[in-house]
Amino acid sequence: MAGASKAVADSRANLPFVYRQYSAEQLKQVLYKMYLIRRFEEGAEESYMRGLIHGTMHLSIGQEACAMGICMPLGEDDQITSTHRGHGHCIAKGAEVKRMFAEFFGKTTGYCKGRGGSMHIADVAKGNLGANGIVGGGIPIAVGAALSSKMMKTGKVVVSFFGDGANNEGAFHEALNMAAVWKLPVIFVCENNGYGMSTSTARSTAVKNIADRAAAYSMPGVIVNGNIFSEVAEASYKAVERARAGEGPTLIESKTYRHRGHSKSDRNRYRTKEEIEDWMSNRDPITLFENELREFGFIDDEGIEAIRSGVAQEIADGIEFAKVSPSPDVSETGNYVYTEQA
Amino acid sequence: MDAMVRELSYAQAIQEAMAIAMDMDERVFLMGEDIGVYGGAFQVTGDLVERYGTERVIDTPISELGGAGVAVGAALTGMRPIFEFQFSDFATLAMEQIVNQAAKMRFMLGGEVSVPVVMRFPAGSGTGAAAQHSQSLEAWLGHVPGLKVIQPATPYDAKGMLLAAVADPDPVMIFEHKLLYKMKGPVPEGYYTVPIGKADIRREGRDLTIVATSIMVQKALDAAATLEAEGIDVEVVDLRTIRPMDKQTVIDSVKKTSRLMCVYEAVKTLGIGAEVSAMIAESEAFDYLDAPIVRLGGAETPIPYNPELEKAAVPQVPDIITAARDLVKGVR
Repeated sequence: MAGASKAVADSRANLPFVYRQYSAEQLKQVLYKMYLIRRFEEGAEESYMRGLIHGTMHLSIGQEACAMGICMPLGEDDQITSTHRGHGHCIAKGAEVKRMFAEFFGKTTGYCKGRGGSMHIADVAKGNLGANGIVGGGIPIAVGAALSSKMMKTGKVVVSFFGDGANNEGAFHEALNMAAVWKLPVIFVCENNGYGMSTSTARSTAVKNIADRAAAYSMPGVIVNGNIFSEVAEASYKAVERARAGEGPTLIESKTYRHRGHSKSDRNRYRTKEEIEDWMSNRDPITLFENELREFGFIDDEGIEAIRSGVAQEIADGIEFAKVSPSPDVSETGNYVYTEQA
Repeated sequence: MDAMVRELSYAQAIQEAMAIAMDMDERVFLMGEDIGVYGGAFQVTGDLVERYGTERVIDTPISELGGAGVAVGAALTGMRPIFEFQFSDFATLAMEQIVNQAAKMRFMLGGEVSVPVVMRFPAGSGTGAAAQHSQSLEAWLGHVPGLKVIQPATPYDAKGMLLAAVADPDPVMIFEHKLLYKMKGPVPEGYYTVPIGKADIRREGRDLTIVATSIMVQKALDAAATLEAEGIDVEVVDLRTIRPMDKQTVIDSVKKTSRLMCVYEAVKTLGIGAEVSAMIAESEAFDYLDAPIVRLGGAETPIPYNPELEKAAVPQVPDIITAARDLVKGVR
């Protein structure tokens, strides 16, 4: 990506990483996408309430800075594996919200032609190898994708997103170990939102920080405030450089919070209203980023309003696209099980 | 011109197939536990690491779940991994990646991807390895749409079906009976494939169809030779693939012989025999049956260590002879 010019860079010397590294246009685009993720999930939630979407969904509202920060230094050819809470990753990696809505609505125009839904949302053309319904399921797959990158010398970096719950799965440990032994170009990103469903990390995890587990696999373990875009992007940037240089994997723990419950069945009995309110009012990642952009002179109120209205329009168009798209025919239930049938 | 045909063991045939696959396609590589300098627990990879190097013959840590997942991820992104489980029993450690990921990824993503991974499973009893190293779990995987599950019974098929598996765009699970590894048979040099999803009539007969899998094919053929002397003419169908199953070959055979017996090593209940029996009961061949269908499968126990008990836990040639004789003579 083209960065800031030299003169501009000098004037930003004391600002946090992303304001030195990226242009105003790029950073405004980040704000746009953070809003796009937020409004997409709000739109999906509302559509669910109205009965337009069935099943369940896991919303990442409150975690947008993490998805955007990690994906900021990635190129279109780089790949990610995602999680059941993966809408933000998908958008951050370049997906179109209209095709995501279409997938949630179960339509043929969706990214998975209506076969996957929220929990398997993917956009392979943009490098998103798919969300995953199994906690930790994508982590070894990301290591395999990184092995492909190394064997085929494509230079691709692979990011594996997972949550705090996954760090107690065997797959996490097996995958990190192999990635380190083979020095693969993969970045493990733990979005620690404090709870695996209802069980807090304090009750489930023996180490204080999940990043501490990196030591067991001889890789850097980095802790970032997952609600501050610049912090996340800086850690990701360094991990990508390390991976591209052939120095192996990094574990990034991004400490964050989900505003909504685990899924649609959550009664929020394991955390207090005060705790949720505190995160929403005082540590909202979009508000924090927006305030910084304004403070550092990258955007004004008019610019913010333009972003918000642009996002609102894209969301409305996306939902409309999904509504009018065709459903798959029942006669096609057996499609895509095997390659020959496609 | 016909390719030169030699006598190779089943294990040598697999090794040759893997070498040919790696020569033909640089995306093909091998992964597994101790498949490098050790040569694999059953010496199937043998010296391949010397020819192809540690970059293409990769020793994994003892991490079946992670290793299988790495193979799935590599297949998803353009490589053609052949992943060896040291024993098929260890599939239990990797079921998540096999069943939830490899089998479903193409479907879940609406056909946008494929997972051309080959997984090899040394299976079965008879080696004194006891209950955790002797199982026949092929029906577990045969239950999962998205997977293809094969059980070659001869060196010829072992090579040809492995090459077909590597060329296949979908995940193929190969169950190799450990007692077959030393079995010798004619194997042509060079590249050839044996189709997945096609059964083979190993012996034609009039009186009884035996549908057998894996090592039970040879046992059924041995039984058929004895029964022939008694005037009982047995047709032996080698199922070869359990998913997708070649129903028509079995149906046609049963219509011809009017009797069906299924012989397989896995635990009898809820297995391949049940599937084949039910398939025949649902087909036009049902009306041709002159006798109830018989299943001969493994005992409803884990595989015992004691050699006499171990033999008793799975069908043996005399068991097949007795059951076939009773079936043809109507002793039920």
